[in-house]
Amino acid sequence: MVSLGIDIGSRTIKVAVLEDGHLKFSHVSDSSYDPMAIAHKLLEGLEYDSITATGYGRHNFKAHFDCPVISEIKAFGQGALFFFPETAAILDIGGQDTKTILLDASGRVSKFEMNDRCAAGTGRFMEIMANALHYTMTEFGKVARTAKSAEKISSMCTVFAESEVVSLINSGADREGVALGIHEAIASRALTMLGKLGDFKNLVFAGGVAYNPCMRQILAERLGIPILVPVDPQIVGAVGAALEGVGRLAS
Amino acid sequence: MAADYRPMWTELGMDLKAHDALLDALGKAYQDVFLSQKVRPEGMSYLDFVMSEVHGLRIKELNDARATGRKVVGTFCVFVPEEIVLAADAICVGLCAGAEFGFEEAEKLLPRNTCGLIKSAFGFKLTKVCPYTQSSDMVVGETTCDGKKKAYEIFKDIQPNVYIMEIPQMKNTADRQLFASEYWRFKEAVEKLTGVTITAERLKKAIITVNNKRKALHRLALLRATDPAPISGLDSLLINQVAFYDDPVRFTGAINKICDELEGRIKQNSGVAPKHTPRVLISGCPMSVPNWKLPLVIETSGAVIVGEESCVGERGQRNLVDEKPHTIEGEMEALIDRYFKIDCAVFTPNQDRTDHIISMAKEYKADGVIHYALQFCSPYTVESYLVEKELAKHGIPMLKIETDYSMEDVGQLKTRIEAFIETFRQPAWSH
Ligand code: SF4
Ligand code: SF4
Repeated sequence: MVSLGIDIGSRTIKVAVLEDGHLKFSHVSDSSYDPMAIAHKLLEGLEYDSITATGYGRHNFKAHFDCPVISEIKAFGQGALFFFPETAAILDIGGQDTKTILLDASGRVSKFEMNDRCAAGTGRFMEIMANALHYTMTEFGKVARTAKSAEKISSMCTVFAESEVVSLINSGADREGVALGIHEAIASRALTMLGKLGDFKNLVFAGGVAYNPCMRQILAERLGIPILVPVDPQIVGAVGAALEGVGRLAS
Repeated sequence: MAADYRPMWTELGMDLKAHDALLDALGKAYQDVFLSQKVRPEGMSYLDFVMSEVHGLRIKELNDARATGRKVVGTFCVFVPEEIVLAADAICVGLCAGAEFGFEEAEKLLPRNTCGLIKSAFGFKLTKVCPYTQSSDMVVGETTCDGKKKAYEIFKDIQPNVYIMEIPQMKNTADRQLFASEYWRFKEAVEKLTGVTITAERLKKAIITVNNKRKALHRLALLRATDPAPISGLDSLLINQVAFYDDPVRFTGAINKICDELEGRIKQNSGVAPKHTPRVLISGCPMSVPNWKLPLVIETSGAVIVGEESCVGERGQRNLVDEKPHTIEGEMEALIDRYFKIDCAVFTPNQDRTDHIISMAKEYKADGVIHYALQFCSPYTVESYLVEKELAKHGIPMLKIETDYSMEDVGQLKTRIEAFIETFRQPAWSH
């Protein structure tokens, strides 16, 4: 029994294939200006008994492929449980949104939060700030950890924060300190959203930003609980969607 | 459309070009939101007709009445007693607007962070597209929220004949006295406007008329909550919206007819959605025409709306006026009694509203409550915290939505609402 899940994000498209409960295949691709064409390509040559979509573009995908859809919240809840059955809460910092999810003892979604319309504090925000400091995304998380102290970034609006970063550098602040400051600003925004969930004993960190070692470290320090990062944090939603199909096939 | 209303609109001082654009958008939205629904009750054709003539025939009726010397009173709040208006042989119409229209113009007069309801009323006025405002011989404002209270000071500059009614903020004895005296003052003002003395007999007749309208809406409220739902939440909301514009007697007849039809559906166990469809109760700010965004997202995400705890809905229509008194004093007291119970979030404390949300959620077997607040509306956004806390004690899940009239957040709303609906009746995780 093969179940495929696809997560159509605003920045990337993720595919995961589960066979008899095991992750057989996964792939991450940029969504470009024509996500449906990319989706078609990604599915080429893949065989599956069921397909389920999630993510920002799920309804668009449904219109093309006529398949069931589930929300990102449900997908990330299930996907996190697949990697870590003990999951208590989830933080996903994706390309253009951030969400936090609380699960109850039986793994049901009991609460969730999503950021409002703008990209502040999301993966895209981090990318733009790294760019402004002339770092690649991989360098960005590494150098931030070498900073002696963090520069305070007060604006979370992408446009204002970018000019704030530039003027900090111009006034002699060191690049590493500014980089750390940006990480802290993003983390504190995520922490506010996590705070609205209440208490939990561990956190699964998903989404592309979870690759960033500095973000993981800050979250671990501030929360004082285990931060669990899946081998591939980007495919959690796609895995969750695939699991939905497994459930459907079984019933 | 049959008649040409353009001469009438011109006479009312409207901007025909802007108005065309508005009607165009409204017609399209109505088509997409309402006419595309499946298995609608046949009686909804009455609402379709009313909506297709909402700026036509109904306005003609108002102005034909005005030509015979009757007056039109426009209102922005359910605290304004329709009975007093009707008793003076005048016509009462709601002026609240639910479209992002003329916001640029409105923002020249109002701060950007003003709620959409207020901005929309200003926008409609400034761009001269609302025939109801243009036909109003008196516009009643009230001191409810700060936004409205202060905005009326500016509205007075662009709209003649604005009358302000003071609404207290608490519900103590002294507040009730103030409230009562304001009702008497309003009665006098309406008498002065119309030249009609409101006698006990006239007021009694008006009370019965409005009671009958409310009874029909109460009947609808109970019927729609059946599982399977015999009518969509969108259609029920539309009925509650039209209640503010239409002739009350004709409207009551049409709604009772729809209710008869719904009773037939219930007997046959047929509905607009299958039995056991997830059920949502909406609670919060009023939704005025054509603000159908949130209910549309909810009902296209696999749920049915079983009630609105809102002024365009049960908060506005709950409770009847006692019909027993036969002196003007007695009738006024009965009227004041009924209206003073309205549990708007501008009051403090406002426990009644939370109690009502809980009892509605239980009575209508809602799986969850979606709390809707217009962006920048302090009374409802602030109150939502307490509501959520109390609902949690009763095990009723609540999703807080803060939004405006724009369409830019529809994708995000859809995700949040779908996710909320998915949390109803979840099985435990097994893997
Ligand atoms: S919400 Fe309050 S201010 Fe608004 S119409 Fe209702 S009672 Fe009036
Ligand atoms: S929605 Fe809120 S802010 Fe707007 S008019 Fe009503 S009570 Fe006032």
